[in-house]
Amino acid sequence: MRHSILSLALNALSGHRRWQPTWRDAAPKPAYDVVIIGGGGHGLATAHYLASRYGIANVAVVEKGWIGSGNAGRNTTIIRSNYLLPGNNHFYELSMKLWEGLEQELNYNAMVSQRGIVNLYHSDGQRDAYARRGNSMRLHGVDAELLDREQVRAMAPFLDFDNARFPIKGGLLQRRAGTARHDAVVWGYAHAASKRGVDIIQNCEVTGFLHDGGRIAGVETTRGTIRAAKVGMAVAGHSSRVAALAGFRLPIESHVLQAFVSEALKPLIPGVITFGAGHFYVSQSDKGGLVFGGDIDGYNSYAQRGNLPVIEDVAEGGMALMPMIGRLRLLRAWGGIMDMSMDGSPIIDASPVPGLYVNAGWCYGGFKAIPASGLCFAHLLARGEPHPTAAALRLDRFERGYLLDEKGQGAQPNLH
Amino acid sequence: MRLPCPFCGPRDSAEFAYLGDAAIARPDAAAPDAPRLFYEATYLRDNPAGPHREHWYHAAGCRQWLVVTRDTTSHEILAAAFARQP
Repeated sequence: MRHSILSLALNALSGHRRWQPTWRDAAPKPAYDVVIIGGGGHGLATAHYLASRYGIANVAVVEKGWIGSGNAGRNTTIIRSNYLLPGNNHFYELSMKLWEGLEQELNYNAMVSQRGIVNLYHSDGQRDAYARRGNSMRLHGVDAELLDREQVRAMAPFLDFDNARFPIKGGLLQRRAGTARHDAVVWGYAHAASKRGVDIIQNCEVTGFLHDGGRIAGVETTRGTIRAAKVGMAVAGHSSRVAALAGFRLPIESHVLQAFVSEALKPLIPGVITFGAGHFYVSQSDKGGLVFGGDIDGYNSYAQRGNLPVIEDVAEGGMALMPMIGRLRLLRAWGGIMDMSMDGSPIIDASPVPGLYVNAGWCYGGFKAIPASGLCFAHLLARGEPHPTAAALRLDRFERGYLLDEKGQGAQPNLH
Repeated sequence: MRLPCPFCGPRDSAEFAYLGDAAIARPDAAAPDAPRLFYEATYLRDNPAGPHREHWYHAAGCRQWLVVTRDTTSHEILAAAFARQP
């Protein structure tokens, strides 16, 4: 069905009892042109762009649980493109532009809300670093404004500007950044892809690959064998495990990242605020809860739950920034499993095994990348060559020495 | 998560620093395929879901390097020993 003011009015007048399912829950067919492993944001976006931009609709998305049950449901919903390095910068800006037209393209309300992100700085050195980042963004056509202390105070007067250790001296603002509703992004892409004929197959775990003369020819799943001319994997968090099934290793470690939601408050936080002296970021959901997080726990984990030291560290960061939240009650905490790549940047490329393509290594920035990741991965699957905007995200960059190390930490995934 | 340090006893994981997979050894720089070996040792990881042998440094304790065997799916500690026995 198509969503419009008219359909909303008709359904409202009939007691909301006549809404139709927004996408088809399909059963697997024996063969497809493309099978995508992983029914999260990235996998569903890839299927949508394959069908809508590249004319390949004979596509299946296979998901081991239900769509959006992995990292798509375990993030802090922030969208932004405030990156320093060429390669990353272009890519995330493409994503930002796609976010801006997403709801019209999908005919689905993803609640994209461009309320801005401000990265606070607390020292002269940090101001210079943010000035450089802002200049790099503007040179690449991305909006960026360097704010002084009073400009930040006008936006967020509740911050602790005179903190003894980390006084706030200003911030780098990207006004076009913001948040989107994470579940609606998944459902929106599923809605649009399904309407073009893509099969979305849930409760279908990939257990192995079909080989045909050294080429991947399909997947073995818990719901039978599915043949495919090309297979794409978009299973961030578990990329190493799927790669192991195909017989190769990736430059990735899996780590757990925790995030938190507080009880609901009246509108308080204008946009997204990040604390430059520690690692803490916070925004307010449309329901009123503060959504915040900080560092990863820092050791390999598939547990989908973290440990207390990081919760304490995040709470300390929040208190240093906004002492007023000290009596706020926490509603939920959760852990997601992140593909931490060795340079902190993602990978969209062909795998070492012909017929299998890799979309992985999103570290803890996968949510904002969903549209561009889907578009570039669809381009790779359809054309067999990288999308020009994702040309820097090749798998062989580690071996060739063309790392995209935004934070300059080297091959230490727990520091990215 | 508490790590059973063989010298200090069970301690909070916040006392430790993590280095990652303990299986990685520095390759022989004189090997004919040294560039590939260094690339693999620096960047490629098994990243298993299950038991994982890994290096932890007891920074706020006895300052010993440990090899800890830990299940990455449950955080259960299966073994802990000094990285190099005296």
